[in-house]
Amino acid sequence: MAVQILMPALSPTMTDGKLVRWLKKEGDAVSPGDVIAEIETDKATMEVEAVDDGVIGKILVPEGTENVTVNTPIAILTEEGETVPETAASATPAEPAKSGPAKVAPEATTAPAVPEKSVSESEKDWGETEEVTVREALRDAMALEMRRDQDVFLLGEEVAQYQGAYKISQGLLDEFGEKRVLDMPITEHGFTGMAVGAALTGLKPIVEFMTMNFSMQAIDHIINSAAKTLYMSGGQMGCPIVFRGPNGPAARVGAQHSQCYGSWYAHVPGLKVVAPWSAADAKGLLRAAIRDPNPVIFLENEILYGQKFSCPVDDDFILPIGKAKIERQGEDVTLVGFSISVGTALAAADLLAEEGINAEVINLRSLRPLDIETIVGSVKKTSRLVTVEEGWPFAGIGAEIVMQVIEHAFDWLDAPPVRVAGIDVPMPFAANLEKLALPQPDWVVNAVRKLV
Amino acid sequence: MNDGASVTDKGRNDPGLSTAELEHAFHDMLLIRRFEEKAGQLYGMGLIGGFCHLYIGQEAVVVGVQLALKQGDKIITSYRDHGQMLAAGMDPRGVMAELTGRATGYSHGKGGSMHMFSREKNFYGGHGIVGAQVALGIGLAFANKYRGTDEVSIAYFGEGASNQGQVYESFNLAALHKLPCVFVIENNRYGMGTSVERASASKELWRNGEPWGIPGKQIDGMDVSAVNTATKEAVAYCRAGKGPYLLEMSTYRYRGHSMSDPAKYRARTEVDEIRQKRDPIDHVRNELLAAGIEEEKLKKIETDVKAVVADASQFAETSPEPDPSELYTDVLVEA
Ligand SMILES: Cc1ncc(C[n+]2csc(CCOP(=O)(O)OP(=O)(O)O)c2C)c(N)n1
Ligand SMILES: [Mg+2]
Repeated sequence: MAVQILMPALSPTMTDGKLVRWLKKEGDAVSPGDVIAEIETDKATMEVEAVDDGVIGKILVPEGTENVTVNTPIAILTEEGETVPETAASATPAEPAKSGPAKVAPEATTAPAVPEKSVSESEKDWGETEEVTVREALRDAMALEMRRDQDVFLLGEEVAQYQGAYKISQGLLDEFGEKRVLDMPITEHGFTGMAVGAALTGLKPIVEFMTMNFSMQAIDHIINSAAKTLYMSGGQMGCPIVFRGPNGPAARVGAQHSQCYGSWYAHVPGLKVVAPWSAADAKGLLRAAIRDPNPVIFLENEILYGQKFSCPVDDDFILPIGKAKIERQGEDVTLVGFSISVGTALAAADLLAEEGINAEVINLRSLRPLDIETIVGSVKKTSRLVTVEEGWPFAGIGAEIVMQVIEHAFDWLDAPPVRVAGIDVPMPFAANLEKLALPQPDWVVNAVRKLV
Repeated sequence: MNDGASVTDKGRNDPGLSTAELEHAFHDMLLIRRFEEKAGQLYGMGLIGGFCHLYIGQEAVVVGVQLALKQGDKIITSYRDHGQMLAAGMDPRGVMAELTGRATGYSHGKGGSMHMFSREKNFYGGHGIVGAQVALGIGLAFANKYRGTDEVSIAYFGEGASNQGQVYESFNLAALHKLPCVFVIENNRYGMGTSVERASASKELWRNGEPWGIPGKQIDGMDVSAVNTATKEAVAYCRAGKGPYLLEMSTYRYRGHSMSDPAKYRARTEVDEIRQKRDPIDHVRNELLAAGIEEEKLKKIETDVKAVVADASQFAETSPEPDPSELYTDVLVEA
């Protein structure tokens, strides 16, 4: 049966082209892969190859013809011994170029509705507590989860024999052995890729970055390999993995070791991002992160490691990812912070109380998903919002929160929201300059004074 | 050091593939070629968009490797992945439907030509970042070892990718932890428009693992039996717990890097010569004929393959596009 050879599109944008030259003439036999013609687009000259066996029965478009539209029949291919049909049109197209099924335009992105929620909704009471450091809480969370699930293992630089660069993994090598607590060479790109590969098979690695600054070496695997594979595989291949380590400025370590990656990672669909403040946050959220079937970025803070907080002793204690906590109730202004900035906000709230201003303080706990319900619920009560973070202001977490509050509670606001953030410079080394670069409680107090 | 290292290993000193296996190889290689030609055609008709990296010319590599694997062994590769998927036994319909962005594709149309996966066939993708699959590949091998199986992982990558830093990080990690990973460099001589000579100071890529004690071999990647023999050896080494192994397959891609590549960086004669003298499918065809297989039998295979490809293409073209609601699904696993 005779078939038409159509003018091909050689690039996604090509609509027409010039048929420069025929390399086969009528009567020539061709087989798949043979170059039969050369065509030219605005960008390049390219070769057209035969895809079927046959004989060039008739050339419909002579060489030199310009502006040949894509999908126009350019020749007719016949089988050996067959004659060319009378009219070109009577040959069947090689493959009818069907127009694709009707496309439905996706709906414009609109802000999802925020369900109403009572602000006073308190979290589960876990009973008895004890004073522990954030460091111990993190270690305990890992140990509990590793006891519970053989598929959980920890890898990173200095996590095993050295017991952790910041002593977070103290005792884990002893209890779980070197199969499950693995020292890595200084090779973040490689070992993160390895961990993600293992997670794609269903194992549940915890990757410790000595600090999150070094996760930049591995950010390709975190985003392109871990966060996107579930989607790219149509839901087949999830990636249950935790990336954790100290994030944000430490003390006097200079620009390359003092940065908050909260907004970097929170930008990415396919990731969850968690930033604990207290020991209870650290323990409850790390356990949830390890159990989560998705990649979770777990942002710790070096300054907080040694701080003590009361933490439930219950062996089942766990916190949900995506739920903020109201650390202090108030009616006059809402302060929203995460990680160490929760402490800054609480200190500011104490100072404000002396002036008779009652601040409500929200500990975000999770950056993605963001608990916008709790924030909006609070703003509807206080009508004023100040966000606090150590990261830079530009495209920061504060910017996102303010935008979402404007989307959902514009009419409740009595004053423009304010962002308190790290100063927009690389972190300086000198003690005085470093202090000037990071949000202090009185910055928050001053911001609030302008609002009330 | 380096027990299996040797220079070009063109000939074979083991019995190689049986006639039945050769027939199987002929079928699979032809399936890949016809499938890719069809994909090229559908691209030309506007039914496939974006990037589309064809595997034509390299068929002996994946087919030879696949015939050396057993159930449970894992595979990972780059964006030039259609051949790997077909060799791994994935359904041509699902692959073609994914190429055309349809709901019935392996990733429901959300992955495309470069991103398909199959847990069932242990195919771990389909990765678009050059070199990423190598680090991920040792992770698959890590999982094999962690679970105490004797399964191996195959990480395919181009000679262009072999210059990426993470490849060497992976060599180190795999050797350090004795991970059962066969690194397969598909040296098709070009990374886009840059020839291997212009990109690699190392002239013997098969020796690139030497500092880590990773044995390496250079293999004629146009000869499916040679590929298979070498892979069997590499896989046995890995299964025995000795660590990773590196194979450099000398191969060639006939088509451009992707569909819109005018291929000005090489002479037409270079392509023609390889096509005429080293074509991997002609090679296996000749081997089969020499082994006494009748022409008729090969013709029958050709007809069958054509029908499978036509069916896949028909299936893809008539499948619906994904429902708009698919846009929002599979971002996170709902716990
Ligand atoms: C990290 C990265 N850099 C650049 C690219 C663009 N790119 C895609 S394929 C390619 C060439 C790769 O060549 P090679 O590894 O030899 O594989 P081949 O395409 O020959 O199979 C380049 C540069 C990319 N996808 N990822
Ligand atoms: Mg290449």
